[in-house]
Amino acid sequence: MEISIRINGETVTRDVPPQTLLVHFIRDTPGLTGTHWGCDTSNCGACIVQIDGRAVKSCTQLAAMVEGHEVRTVEGLEVNGVLDPIQQGFHEQHALHCGFCTPGMMMASRSLLDENANPTDQEIRVAISGGICRCTGYKNIVAAVRWAAEYEAAQPSPTKQEV
Amino acid sequence: MATTVENLPSAEHERPIGFGRLKRKEDARFIRGQGRYLDDIRLPGMLHGAILRSPFAHARIVSIDTSRALAHPDVAAVMTAKDLETLGLAWMPTISYDTQAVLAGDKVRFQGQEVAFVIATNEYSARDALALIEVEYDPLPPVVNARRALDPDAPIIRDDKPGKTDNLATPTWEAGDEDATERVFADADVVATRDVMYQRVHPSPIETCGIIADFNPQTGQLDIYNGNQAPHVHRTAYAHVAGLAEHKIRIMCNDIGGGFGNKVPIYPGYVCAIVASLVLHKPVKWMEDRSENLISTGFARDYLMRGEIAATRDGKILAVRTNVLADHGAFNGTAAPVKYPAGFFGVFTGSYDLEAAYCHMTAVYTNKAPGGVAYACSFRITEAVYLVERMVDVLARELDMDPAELRLRNLIRPEQFPYTTKTGWVYDSGEYERALRLSMETAGYEDLRKEQAERRARGELMGIGLSFFTEAVGAGPRKDMDILGLGMADGCELTVHPTGKAVVRLSVQTQGQGHETTFAQIVAEELGIPPADIEVVHGDTDQTPFGLGTYGSRSTPVSGAAAAMVARKVRDKARIIASGMLEVSVADLEWEKGAFQVKGDPTRSVTIQDVAMRAYGAGDLPEGVEGGLQAEVCYNPENLTYPFGAYICVVDVDPGTGAVKVRKFVAIDDCGTRINEMIIEGQVHGGLTDGVGMALMEMIAFDEDGNCLSASLMDYLIPTALEVPDWQTGHTVTPSPHHPIGAKGIGESATVGSPPAVVNAIVDALAPFGIRHADMPLTPSRVWDAMQGHPLPPV
Ligand code: FES
Ligand code: FES
Repeated sequence: MEISIRINGETVTRDVPPQTLLVHFIRDTPGLTGTHWGCDTSNCGACIVQIDGRAVKSCTQLAAMVEGHEVRTVEGLEVNGVLDPIQQGFHEQHALHCGFCTPGMMMASRSLLDENANPTDQEIRVAISGGICRCTGYKNIVAAVRWAAEYEAAQPSPTKQEV
Repeated sequence: MATTVENLPSAEHERPIGFGRLKRKEDARFIRGQGRYLDDIRLPGMLHGAILRSPFAHARIVSIDTSRALAHPDVAAVMTAKDLETLGLAWMPTISYDTQAVLAGDKVRFQGQEVAFVIATNEYSARDALALIEVEYDPLPPVVNARRALDPDAPIIRDDKPGKTDNLATPTWEAGDEDATERVFADADVVATRDVMYQRVHPSPIETCGIIADFNPQTGQLDIYNGNQAPHVHRTAYAHVAGLAEHKIRIMCNDIGGGFGNKVPIYPGYVCAIVASLVLHKPVKWMEDRSENLISTGFARDYLMRGEIAATRDGKILAVRTNVLADHGAFNGTAAPVKYPAGFFGVFTGSYDLEAAYCHMTAVYTNKAPGGVAYACSFRITEAVYLVERMVDVLARELDMDPAELRLRNLIRPEQFPYTTKTGWVYDSGEYERALRLSMETAGYEDLRKEQAERRARGELMGIGLSFFTEAVGAGPRKDMDILGLGMADGCELTVHPTGKAVVRLSVQTQGQGHETTFAQIVAEELGIPPADIEVVHGDTDQTPFGLGTYGSRSTPVSGAAAAMVARKVRDKARIIASGMLEVSVADLEWEKGAFQVKGDPTRSVTIQDVAMRAYGAGDLPEGVEGGLQAEVCYNPENLTYPFGAYICVVDVDPGTGAVKVRKFVAIDDCGTRINEMIIEGQVHGGLTDGVGMALMEMIAFDEDGNCLSASLMDYLIPTALEVPDWQTGHTVTPSPHHPIGAKGIGESATVGSPPAVVNAIVDALAPFGIRHADMPLTPSRVWDAMQGHPLPPV
């Protein structure tokens, strides 16, 4: 069946079997293999993307269910050559080793900061607990999200600039 | 802090030349989703394989009918053992000189064993077609318990081996002096004995295992894309099996989503994909799913250990003794140097100055998946450290002595190094007491004990656990060790280009350890070229020198040494060229990180970049010097390196549920010279998480029919951010005397050292119940059972 999904602001239309999972639909789009998969049971979180701004495990959705919705993947974080503070924070705080869980962890973290600009460490841990990282021991991921939150807080917001 | 940092790349001041907290070069692609993992690679015309697996743990195969699968419109071929037999490839050698069925022909020997391989035009169809294969099985009684495997009437699992009448997997192995140990035990004031089980666990990297094999019949070239930890070893093994020359096989690892030992072995799926590509002349990909990863690929541990410890009444530890029953599963696929059938378990004497030690080991086949040493075990040191550190705590209780005090009294003293253990290992260097005292200070040990007493008085269950470990990593001296006949050395090649930029080529392969950064730093430290200007090439057998790869924490001890040596070799040549440029003798030159200066005249100097340009440029070179600036070495370590550490864990046990909360964890590590603190700490954080996982929740369990009960991440539990504390790390530095830069391995230290600290803490918390030991994983139900006075016996 033909499915159209907006991914990172561009409409992707493809004819796929109806049982195609969103994670496979995304990964089969040239240039979008940054969204990973790591399990068959929705436990690992490597596949987390944002759908209409909310963190969702893309292995839990059929591509057909997301028709007409807005998907944002790790490739959509960097805008005009400027890294998202979450990406920068992961680098600054050594929040990745093998990098395999990283896209999912970053998308979950991005969603957290979109909803809660100043989370506590415990809130960060809860927000990323849908994912498993086998490498980092999480401490530095928490620090990375903290870093991003502080970085964002220190930026003059557009509204303030106007005033 | 947050506002000053620029966008990538990092500011120049954060890029030291040499050792230090350099942020990672490899991050740039990963944070953008631009890593290139196996499943990201799509070749034109690529076919997809899928494996039909056995539902039984032990059964004779009566018949296999593939006709309906072959009729599927998208299926290109179906392979069974029969097809492989005609090619002589139905069985493959394992890494421990055993054989393993690539596809089962006579019978299946564990649940999940490979039975047929379907090749189709797409992955969905390949998997759909598996359901169309009909296999008739004649079930046999399975052996899932290692003790049962030894029964005289136990079914023989490996009846493929002519004349096999038992289930022994390797000859019995011993270490130490049995008689001397017996004498010490006979005379000792105090002897404590415990059965200790280290359960079967699984490394479960978040990226599962897979391969793409791409054979070109015109050129005879076989390209293999496969994230594995030892590409050169794999290439030689494939060369043997397929009868191709090494240079006709190219293995490209690209990015690897975690390894932890799981990506050391060669799996049947790899061989199937290669055979399929050789036969079909198309690229063939096979990628397992999570369930396949958990039920069929390299597991770890599964050691049942009887520990005994002897001491004087006042707390001098005299001897340790152990009898081990090792479960190797259906095929002996343990990766260990050939002369070490039990890996480096010989370090079970721990960090203590003993009078005697003895170890006896029996290994059996069972109807469970093969493997054995995967999961960051440093060749069985994980089991050894767990045993001895558990036994020291058992002894402390027996003596009614504080476990820290008991350890302090018995640690090997600094002046005793190099220290030869009672099982023959030569520990290179250590300042053990300093590390233990630092961990106690950092944790506030005295205050914690006070707090514990107060809480106990209120009926709360707080526990404090210690462990002190010594590892033996960096395998290893070629006079002592090899894998499949290959000496455990590593090569390194370094080229400095005319512009002074450099490329260093390694035989080891990162799976997240940050080699692209660390190895650039090692070369930078020796040559004074900024790490940003040093490209690290690894993971491609066509682009790198031969070497044994990354596992057992061997990259820094072996390959790191090679990188330092090759840089020194280049520097030696550069010095000669510089002497010509400055018209002084070599002896009159001084090296200042990055430049040669005339002694006593700092105005006359040339940088390494100047020298590089001269090495390739016009103008005369000193007599006998060839042009160019490059070198290669093959580093053969003279000994292993022996990192160590002192860990303290604090837990709270819920008296109402048995649930354990790890509240605090202090890890003091000593890995000798520290190249990149940030990366080292990251390695430690990850290992501590593994340790908490194994201590509290991870176990590959089976029912009595041999059904694997841990076949998904819903059943095989791995810690999330909520189950682990905010790690507190610290370090001491005791350089290795024989390593060129004094570094030791660190990759597995925390995985090795943390489980005993967690378990010791839990047993300590449960002391009011009179509990002396309980086996991992200490899930709430196991802790609860223990509190009711009936801890589960070791299985
Ligand atoms: S692939 Fe594991 S949660 Fe989606
Ligand atoms: S960085 Fe490897 S799984 Fe998280």
